[in-house]
Amino acid sequence: MTSTTARVPVAKTYKIYIDGKFPRTESGRYFALKDSSDSIIANVCLGSRKDFRNAVVAARKAFAGWSSASAYLRGQILYRIAEMLEGRHEQFVSELVTQGVGKRAAKKETEATIDRLIYYAGWSDKYQQIFSAVNPVSSAHFNFSVLEATGVVSIIAPDDSGLLGLVSNIAPAIVGGNTCVVLASEKLPLCAVSFAEVLHASDVPAGVVNILTGRREELTGQFASHMDVNAIIVTDNDVVKEVQISAADNIKRVIARADTKWESDGAQHPYLIQDTQEVKTTWHPIGS
Amino acid sequence: MSLTAVPDSNRMPDLGQVPHVDEVGVKERVARFQTRSIKKESKIEALHMVLSMIDLTTLEGQDTPGKVRQLCQKAMHLHDSMPGLPHVAAVCVYPTMVAVARKALGDHDIGVASVATAFPSGMSSRQVKLDETRLAVAEGASEIDMVISRGAFLQGEYGFVFDEIAAVKEACGDAHLKVILETGELGTLDQVRRASVLAMHAGADFIKTSTGKIQPAATLPVTLVMLQAIRDHFFATGQMIGMKPAGGISTAKLAIHYLVALRETLGNAWMTPEWFRFGASSLANDVLMQLQKQATGVYQSADYFSKD
Amino acid sequence: MENQNKLAFNDGWQYAPAPESTDHITIDKQYGLFIDGKFSAPDEGRYFETINPATEEPLSSVALATASDVDRAVKAARKAYKGPWSRMKAAERGKYIFRIARILQERAREFATIESLDGGKPIRESRDIDIPLAAAHFFYYAGWADKLEYAFPGRTPKSLGVAGQIIPWNFPLLMASWKIAPALACGNTVVIKPAETTPLTMMKLAEVIRDAGLPDGVVNIVTGAGETGAAIVDHPDVDKIAFTGSTEVGRIIQRAIAGTGKKYTLELGGKAANIIFADAALDQAVEGIVNGIFFNQGHVCCAGSRLFVQESVADEVVQRLKERMETLIIGDPLDKNTDIGAINSASQLETIESYLKIGKEEGAEMHQSSCSVPDRGYWCRPTIFTGVSQSNRIVQEEIFGPVLAIQTFRTLEEGITKANNTPFGLSGGVWTDKGSKIFKMTQQIRAGVIWANTFNKFDPTSPFGGYKESGVGREGGLHGLGAYLRLEA
Repeated sequence: MTSTTARVPVAKTYKIYIDGKFPRTESGRYFALKDSSDSIIANVCLGSRKDFRNAVVAARKAFAGWSSASAYLRGQILYRIAEMLEGRHEQFVSELVTQGVGKRAAKKETEATIDRLIYYAGWSDKYQQIFSAVNPVSSAHFNFSVLEATGVVSIIAPDDSGLLGLVSNIAPAIVGGNTCVVLASEKLPLCAVSFAEVLHASDVPAGVVNILTGRREELTGQFASHMDVNAIIVTDNDVVKEVQISAADNIKRVIARADTKWESDGAQHPYLIQDTQEVKTTWHPIGS
Repeated sequence: MSLTAVPDSNRMPDLGQVPHVDEVGVKERVARFQTRSIKKESKIEALHMVLSMIDLTTLEGQDTPGKVRQLCQKAMHLHDSMPGLPHVAAVCVYPTMVAVARKALGDHDIGVASVATAFPSGMSSRQVKLDETRLAVAEGASEIDMVISRGAFLQGEYGFVFDEIAAVKEACGDAHLKVILETGELGTLDQVRRASVLAMHAGADFIKTSTGKIQPAATLPVTLVMLQAIRDHFFATGQMIGMKPAGGISTAKLAIHYLVALRETLGNAWMTPEWFRFGASSLANDVLMQLQKQATGVYQSADYFSKD
Repeated sequence: MENQNKLAFNDGWQYAPAPESTDHITIDKQYGLFIDGKFSAPDEGRYFETINPATEEPLSSVALATASDVDRAVKAARKAYKGPWSRMKAAERGKYIFRIARILQERAREFATIESLDGGKPIRESRDIDIPLAAAHFFYYAGWADKLEYAFPGRTPKSLGVAGQIIPWNFPLLMASWKIAPALACGNTVVIKPAETTPLTMMKLAEVIRDAGLPDGVVNIVTGAGETGAAIVDHPDVDKIAFTGSTEVGRIIQRAIAGTGKKYTLELGGKAANIIFADAALDQAVEGIVNGIFFNQGHVCCAGSRLFVQESVADEVVQRLKERMETLIIGDPLDKNTDIGAINSASQLETIESYLKIGKEEGAEMHQSSCSVPDRGYWCRPTIFTGVSQSNRIVQEEIFGPVLAIQTFRTLEEGITKANNTPFGLSGGVWTDKGSKIFKMTQQIRAGVIWANTFNKFDPTSPFGGYKESGVGREGGLHGLGAYLRLEA
């Protein structure tokens, strides 16, 4: 006897992304993401400080390899991320819509994200050319200044922009050779996890990008105080002061990007890459 | 600086005259070896050469006479179902296993090489090292693989290192001496070149890359540098010295790259087991699988080749 | 002083032939001109053959573009420039160029095989260097399309219009990428002519451009020889000329453009000094010599064709070089083990051979490697001349073949003086282990590209171009953008 019920779809479990793997939060906790009619969309991992700790270890481990990869290779990988995201266009649009974003806005946001990745892919082998210098010192020395990646960057992604804001902060950090640990938007966390899947399919080495979901109130302090994080990007004005105080313990670079309209063209530029770069100057004698 | 600055062998060389080595340039030359395409009859010939150059090795704390006998069995019977195979050059074991190996190999024309001199670390007294060498030779070793004192070398105590090699050479008697530089601990290719020159002047019959007990073991860049040192030594003195990369060479493809490096640096005179060896254990089976594939046209499974 | 201890390279284990398969490629019997997005017949209906210089067999025939064809092409380029190309958002323009790069990567093996067939260079070089670098150039410049304002502080960069480009036969696809990529990235459209002996990878590039969906007329390809090139140079509606080739033709072009207001860049000949000090890493320096003059059969404008060896190590270096030359394999360009391929054409071989004759007549001592060469085809063994000085013609004039002139020198100052003692100034090489000496040499040698402890290294991010008669302007890197832009205050 045949059944007449419709096919039952398989619901997705949203995990976190650490060191190229998708574990659940070690704390076992979750929070329920609900839509406008109060129905549950998904149970999202409530990330813990131990997850963050593990993510920083992974990011640190990945840093040496990623920062010494050629600019060409990093550019190719970012371009590949864009290719993969383009291929999954529909999925991201529908995920944004599920979380309450209008269909047309979701389409615009997804396309803008793809184009933003291409934009930064194109900077990988050029930012060095515009920000470096050969310095005409007055002694008989060849003197040159170059940019170097600052290290492990923690990122509190914008709460209002579940995809574009997220990627707008990840891309300039990693194209410059940094590795990062990202706290996804609390309101719109799903695309961050799906984006992790895209990264995973794009030859991005394990640990270069680590993505956690969870509560900002609980984790901001961790992101700001960890002694092995070199820079923190905050996108919420309310926490800048406390972050700066906490970050001072290891002179962590604090980069505040709270008022940016991520949809605008003005929200992408190479100075966002420079934000997570150090300047190294070398001297060498000229003579025989 | 002259490449022929050290015309007298067997005297402490002036290591300040050893040519500098540019790492990037070495790696580029190596990359060209790796893009050589060795096919058809030249591949089969190469695979046969590789087999004939293997020092089939077991150097584990858990070695027993039983294990060594099985290794010798493999050395004598690589893959009997395939006719016309050469035999390996030698087996390589610890001194306490030399007699077992010699007995197991009987009259077969396969050498017994023994490590000695507190292998792999080399951290022991001169006396202990010489006694161990003499023991291995007395037990029947035809070749001795010694380690240099890396600590002393890195400290710049070149005279100490030289004297040690010379003393071990004397203790070897008729046995051939391979000197292991442990290139993975030397740091730079300049050091590898210097150590090569030192070892050759001190009496090495072969210079060898590694103990295989640390990473990195043999690599194509260090091998090229050592081959170039051997070449210059030959130009200066007319003396041929052998070379042995050891550790980390487990595929036939990689072994063939080493043969390319050898051929294009030293030419044909060195392309025999008398002057070139591979220190390896699992390499033999991969070579056999490749030979079988060449013969049948089909990719092989490890299940069909004995693991001893 | 020859060393009596010799190495034997010519017997024993040899490499069996390892030919690259040609099953996967297609070459049409005849190609038209690629104008306004499609192939069309040339107005006068004439075609010419392109042959495989390793076998002398014909591969295909391509159209001979006359002045009226060039005019059609320029009109198509102008229409595309005024139309879709300049109206498009810069980021979208960049995406088209990224597509070209990606498709080249996908079709890499096909392009490499055809490049070797048509031009004679070894498959290993076209596979490992030419094609990957060409794709990388498109990638690099694609990224600049929407970022130009950052390259010119205080200026607003604007496109020029139609660029007329003429490229040589030594790196056909690579030279095409060096010309087309920056031109497009800066918003221009292009009319480009490949060399008459190497048109095929350009015909394939036309397919890529069409498959990438570029608007019609953005890139137009006209095949032909000197007259076709002249038609491009002389065309009044071309805003900028880019030429790579001989200094002699470069002069003709500069005169032809005089007074027209056309912008131009010229990348011309060279006679680079490759200078080896006694404290160099000598084995790697020998590798650098080989790479400098025998790579691509010496058909390289920046080839290290004048070797200067510090006298105290001269004998050993020459000895090492001769030994190394013996391990170079000349032969079928499609064999993966070939190091030195065919000379590009009968006429180039004639030129090289005339210089070998001049060298001997001048009293220089010639030495060639002993490798065998095939019966058919155009071949020249790796050759070195010793017993020469700056006064020899073979030391002064560009031979453009695998022929090296070797001199000694004693002091750093002498090295600099002799390196600069030439009307050319494209490139130079310095080999020493001492850093400060590197910087002193690079500071004083008057050439556009100086390689220290390496040679013939290219990268899309690294500017390339000459001083003096080696040309004007730079290609590659940020510095390669300016030639394709008007900078408004």
